[in-house]
Amino acid sequence: MIRVGVPSKGRLMQDCFDWFGARGVVMRRTGSDREYSGVVEGVEGVVPVLLSAGEIPRELAAGRIHLGVTGSDLVREQLGEDEVAEIAKLGFGQADLVIAVPHVWIDVETVDDLDAAAAGFRKAHGHRLRIATKYHRLVRDFLQTQGVADYQLVDSQGATEGTVKNGTAEAIADITSSGETLRANHLRILSDGLIHCSEAVLWASRVAEWTAEDRAAFAGLASKLGVAAQPF
Amino acid sequence: MTPKAAIRAEGERLLQAFVQAGAVPVEAEILQPAGTLLDLYGEDIRARAYVTADPVRGEMMLRPDFTVPVVQAHMAHGAEPARYAYLGEVFRKQMRGSGRTSEYLQVGYEVFDRATPEAADAEVFALFRDLLTGLNLRPVTGDIGILMAAVRGLETSDSRKAALLRHVWRPVRFKALLDRFAGRAPVPAGRLALLQRLKAGTPMALIEEAGTFVGLRSPEEIAERAEALVADAETPPIKATEAALLYDLLSLEAPASHALSHLRGITPMLPAIGPAVDRFATRLAALAARGVDVATLAFEASHGRTALEYYDGFVFSFLKDGMPPVASGGRYDALTAVLGAGAFIPAVGGVIRPGLVARLKGAI
Repeated sequence: MIRVGVPSKGRLMQDCFDWFGARGVVMRRTGSDREYSGVVEGVEGVVPVLLSAGEIPRELAAGRIHLGVTGSDLVREQLGEDEVAEIAKLGFGQADLVIAVPHVWIDVETVDDLDAAAAGFRKAHGHRLRIATKYHRLVRDFLQTQGVADYQLVDSQGATEGTVKNGTAEAIADITSSGETLRANHLRILSDGLIHCSEAVLWASRVAEWTAEDRAAFAGLASKLGVAAQPF
Repeated sequence: MTPKAAIRAEGERLLQAFVQAGAVPVEAEILQPAGTLLDLYGEDIRARAYVTADPVRGEMMLRPDFTVPVVQAHMAHGAEPARYAYLGEVFRKQMRGSGRTSEYLQVGYEVFDRATPEAADAEVFALFRDLLTGLNLRPVTGDIGILMAAVRGLETSDSRKAALLRHVWRPVRFKALLDRFAGRAPVPAGRLALLQRLKAGTPMALIEEAGTFVGLRSPEEIAERAEALVADAETPPIKATEAALLYDLLSLEAPASHALSHLRGITPMLPAIGPAVDRFATRLAALAARGVDVATLAFEASHGRTALEYYDGFVFSFLKDGMPPVASGGRYDALTAVLGAGAFIPAVGGVIRPGLVARLKGAI
């Protein structure tokens, strides 16, 4: 049986079910509203596993699910290319991982400015300029590639936009779709501060065990979904 | 012997050789406070070093190198001059699929000597050469001090020189800044828009207009940089002839004695590098006196310019294709100033990886 990790609730679950449904693979939850179990109709040898979207990368990496739907931001942050293969972009759940600074920083427009501001900030305050984020790897890779110095990442797992006002960070790197929450918190996106364009993606685990039966079931599913990728 | 025992035996042999050369053997903790390392290397080190959380001592790192603890110990209670040797594991995260090991032995030798820095450079290099004889390695040398002297001597504003010096170890950023300061790269559109806006009013008025003030970075700091930006926009580009010399220097690769003649040739046009070139000449003489053939020794002016390094003078590596550097080292005077809280002593040293030596000798 191929185990497919799908988000267990909300808009993401519905969009996911709709995407599969439009391709003749009907997924739905079974039992009561509160019970996390589901079925797949229209294709053989596939079973859905309802999971929190945030846990799907970990389950893919552990090989406990064969396929999984989750944001590319989470997978790129947590996994390597030898662990998962991208099967299809699903066209929903779009959001950008961006760097934002206080709107009152009239002298900072680009990553280059941020780097220079960090140098001055460290001199004035005795510690490195703090950037709050939960995407440590993506943000650090981005800033390292750009050659930014004198910053530090501080962990923020939620309400990241508030960290600047609360005095725990000078700037943030977070996911945004409309930018409204950023503006409401007096922050502005750097003009070249786009780190990653995220969207929902169907991933395959390279770690999971793919038996002959699983491979046959995947071929059936892939032809229904109209995807060509081979994860094994 | 198991590979680990063979590697340790090789490490012990090298350590003994360092001790015979006059070094005092020293130990260092494996768990190092993360704060010092982060302040020195910046956030980049998190991608390379293992970080662990201690409920009492806070964030700690598994020792990514020995230099920092050895320098700290010396600055705290060392006498001068001093020579230290050490042997132990270091820990570095490796890229997925790189096949590189993330825990390995390093054996090192550090010299703190104020009197004759170039002689100390030559002493370390020649000692390493002797210990690695027969392994068919390719030695490469460099001198970041020449590049830094060239930047300091540019006819441009102090803020531009400071920006370039700050990024000496980040070649991509350095090049981007130099291209911009030399007028070779256009001013980015974002910067032009910014300058337009800054001309629309005083910085304080613009900050006021921008709305609710948030964050620790004060209006004065913001205004100061805004004014610096406007001033920088009026700074003329670095002269083409001067810039050309710097680009030439960045890409200089030649046998050491040829490199010296070349640098002597450009010194009249870039007089600021004169003293650094003199030191280079003194070092080559000291190397030659120790039997190093400077007519064939490889010299690359940009050698050692990578993030997570702190060398600011002589640098060297012993290389073998398909392997990480078997040995590397250099001079790190600035590091002793940072760690010594103002106190400063010229320092040079290097490390060898016994695991690679053992492999090259066929012992594992």
